[in-house]
Amino acid sequence: MTDAPPLLRTDNLTRHFRIGGGLRRLQLHAVDEVSLQIGEREIVALAGESGSGKSTIARLLARIYPPTAGEIYFQGKPLSGLRSRSDVLGYRGHVPMVFQDPFSSINPVFRVSHGVLRSLTLHRPELSAAEREAEAVRVFEAVGLTPAADILHRFPYELSGGQRQRVGFAQALAMRPRLILADEPVSMLDVSIRIGLLNLMKQLRDEQGVSILYITHDIASARYVADRLIVLYAGRIAESGPVEDVLAAPRHPYTQLLLSAVPDPNADLTAGATTDRGEPPKVINPRPGCRFAPRCPLVTTDCVNITPALLPLSPGHDAACLVAQSGAEAKAF
Amino acid sequence: MATLQVPVDRATGTTGSERAAGRIWRAVRSNRKAFSGAVILLIFAVLAIFPGQIAPYSPLDDNFGRSLGPSAAHWLGTTANDQDIFSQLIWGTRETLIIALVTGALSTLLSMIMGIAAAYLGGLWDLTLNTITDILLVIPTIPLLIVILAYLPNNGLVPLILVLVVLGYSYGARQLRAEALSLRGRDFLEAARVRGERSLYIIFVEIIPTMTSLIAAVFLGTATYNVVAAATLQFIGFGDPNSTSWGTMLYWAQNGEALQTGQYLWALAPGFGIALLSAAFALLNYAFDEVGNPALQRVKLRPSGPRRSAVLLERIGARRAR
Amino acid sequence: MLANRPSRTTQPAVATAANTSDAVTLLKVVDLSVTYRTRRGDVMAVDGVSFDLERGEFLGIVGESGCGKSTLLFAIAQLLAPPAVVTSGSVNFRGTDLTELTEHELATIRWKELSVVMQSAMNALNPVKSIGSQFADAMRAHGVRSKPQIAERSAEVLRMVGIDPTHLGSYPHQLSGGMRQRSMIAMALLFTPDLVIMDEPTSALDVVAQRSLMLQIKELQQTLGFAVLFVTHDMSLVSHFSDRLLVMYAGQVAELGATRRIFDTPLHPYTRGLLDAFPSVRGPKVPLTGIPGSPPYLARLPDGCRFAPRCPVVEDRCREQAIDLVDVDGQVVRCIKYRNGVVIGD
Repeated sequence: MTDAPPLLRTDNLTRHFRIGGGLRRLQLHAVDEVSLQIGEREIVALAGESGSGKSTIARLLARIYPPTAGEIYFQGKPLSGLRSRSDVLGYRGHVPMVFQDPFSSINPVFRVSHGVLRSLTLHRPELSAAEREAEAVRVFEAVGLTPAADILHRFPYELSGGQRQRVGFAQALAMRPRLILADEPVSMLDVSIRIGLLNLMKQLRDEQGVSILYITHDIASARYVADRLIVLYAGRIAESGPVEDVLAAPRHPYTQLLLSAVPDPNADLTAGATTDRGEPPKVINPRPGCRFAPRCPLVTTDCVNITPALLPLSPGHDAACLVAQSGAEAKAF
Repeated sequence: MATLQVPVDRATGTTGSERAAGRIWRAVRSNRKAFSGAVILLIFAVLAIFPGQIAPYSPLDDNFGRSLGPSAAHWLGTTANDQDIFSQLIWGTRETLIIALVTGALSTLLSMIMGIAAAYLGGLWDLTLNTITDILLVIPTIPLLIVILAYLPNNGLVPLILVLVVLGYSYGARQLRAEALSLRGRDFLEAARVRGERSLYIIFVEIIPTMTSLIAAVFLGTATYNVVAAATLQFIGFGDPNSTSWGTMLYWAQNGEALQTGQYLWALAPGFGIALLSAAFALLNYAFDEVGNPALQRVKLRPSGPRRSAVLLERIGARRAR
Repeated sequence: MLANRPSRTTQPAVATAANTSDAVTLLKVVDLSVTYRTRRGDVMAVDGVSFDLERGEFLGIVGESGCGKSTLLFAIAQLLAPPAVVTSGSVNFRGTDLTELTEHELATIRWKELSVVMQSAMNALNPVKSIGSQFADAMRAHGVRSKPQIAERSAEVLRMVGIDPTHLGSYPHQLSGGMRQRSMIAMALLFTPDLVIMDEPTSALDVVAQRSLMLQIKELQQTLGFAVLFVTHDMSLVSHFSDRLLVMYAGQVAELGATRRIFDTPLHPYTRGLLDAFPSVRGPKVPLTGIPGSPPYLARLPDGCRFAPRCPVVEDRCREQAIDLVDVDGQVVRCIKYRNGVVIGD
């Protein structure tokens, strides 16, 4: 039986940044050995706090900079093999990105039609000018910006934050993408507006057949919109699996901590509250060992010395925790 | 498609640069100081375009009396070379204005290339271009100008302009580079890159239109500076002494010991012209001041997203907190 | 003046006649309105807001962008700058109307009795001075000059927020986000004021740091007994910490009441919409709709109820005239469906 390759797969994706002046050899380990995959018609949430590496992964997948090590495979083909401009352009058309800040992600001097029309010109050159106009109207309607013809002629300052983010999705949709990289698309929007966009993402998956990598620090929205959840800590994957499984039975102590810290009006927050201050590490020239060890109540000597591998603990549900892998019932928070 | 296509807005049929021009015009119109500067400049432009209609005599006519005081026939009197000062002043407007505008434009263009390209391309490009700019910025201009021009064989307008441009672009380049660098972090540029746009496209179509106000400010600042710098050089004797410009008038006035012999108007008239033209550019610059210093920005309550107005309102309301 | 205050009891003390200094409500905001006077016209960012705050009480002010909550906060703290102007109402702190005081008179109250914690420590802290020297600045500005006293008190407040006093020599960029916010709070507590005003102090933090900071604030509040005005856009964040909640919409009070009651029985359709906009991590997964549309432009307000364009249960009469606040058994709400404490209609 031949398996079609997943839509996107990374193999030990790693990215380091040199920091510090001149002579010092300090490497910031933003992303280390991340192997994940995304299938067709799937929303995968990549959750983590600041410094976890989630934005770096998005930028690696968007080819904003190359990986230090590891490889990215799109539809089975490695990205490092893309040489010519048309190859790269083809990839960019299949894997566009939606940005976080609705106020700086659109050029303020042009009307909002500018970005969509450019996307169409670059990625679907077979269209005539009139066809491009029609497509622009179609994608604006698909993201809920109606009346499309009217909104296309407005300037960004005339639109609300939520509308601008929809413009971002429209620009991505215009390219007929297979996977949309959404980098914290709702973090800067008002709470009541977020739901609208989260619902839009689900709609895009269902109606347009597009997969979405949803990057967020908000577990609750990840649960609402995603099929699978990947939890990132200090540049490494801590846990991954179907979203309900991971949240109902989190195996990694960090996932448990994250879950317990989410404010829920109907639950008592102070139950299970710890003295954990929430200081995520800056990973500079790290030693081997679990990066969560300094904060983990279940830490053992092995945890400090051996870097845990991401292993399946139940079908589809992986965790990188030595204690959890040893079979012990690991309830840290 | 290898050509660079300038996107035309389908709704209004305007290009980005046309809309930018509209914004500049609105900025000028709304500011009183800028508007008066524009009016003065307009007057000078008229003088420069139609000198024959306004000046009573040719500037080179030298059969009037020597060093006459002001009279009905000669509003500002005559020079020691029997020429009419007023006519010289009018005719001199053209060359002075050309120098100011041409050096301003070329200098701004060079600043844009050296500044914006350096910032956007980064890395080795930035290092190289920026080092050149910094060196030129640090060297004192006038002494260097004097030395260079002393060695140039041609004493005409072209070497004057070229040297002024090369030595004067650096200040503007630094300003534009700083602005372009701050824009670099803006998502819409990254979005353009991720969309697949080429670097040249991004520089010309995405970056430059958002910097029009600063570019206008750089142009005006350079023009202001160059009016005086050019006049200074002509006064010293570089540039063609037989040409008609305010700087050469000053040269001849100095030669004719105008101030010592009481022929004040001969020196004061061109001096006043230079000062007024310089002031016109400086006044126009007030329209673009707020670009460089956001604290001067007046509250613009155009209809915008609620968060935007909230951010604006809160930012103003909080100013005293510091 | 400093550090000699005894620890207060953990319960928020309700003003009784027995405490002479408590006979007056700590903070009484009466019909406060703030307008931004601009060349294009006037915009009323805060419209007739009234509420009381007792000693030791924790009031959460909740709303989304453009609702006026930050303007309200600055108006109370007397930090407004032109073109923002208080156009009506008063801010009575222990009986004295702050809007009537001069800068000089305000200085005696500022920081000693009323302090402010800003939204982003990185913006509020001086990046080129160490934390300790900023604390010293604050103390010297309010009359404390003795170096040993300054050093001792600085160390004390840092310990209170759980930071090792050796960090007094650190610069803001050397501390993590959570620690910076904690030092802001420490600075606000230098003179153990009676009222601490906080403008979204946790919004720049991740969720674990956020919870930790909230717990710390609550603990400090209970030990030292100060009242807290806490502005946030995240309702669920304050749900566990605030005694009462004030929901703002388009510059007005939409609902005001005890936190638990508002969560259990939200009266205003906007409050209900807000509560429904939070997907939960526990419990069943339900489809949500949020609130369609966006808040109105304050410069062009509709007649009648300001929420009408987005309200799921709107009626014709909602658009006819401005709606007043109504008291429904201790919960105050601005909705035409309640009158005299009786629910009318749906």
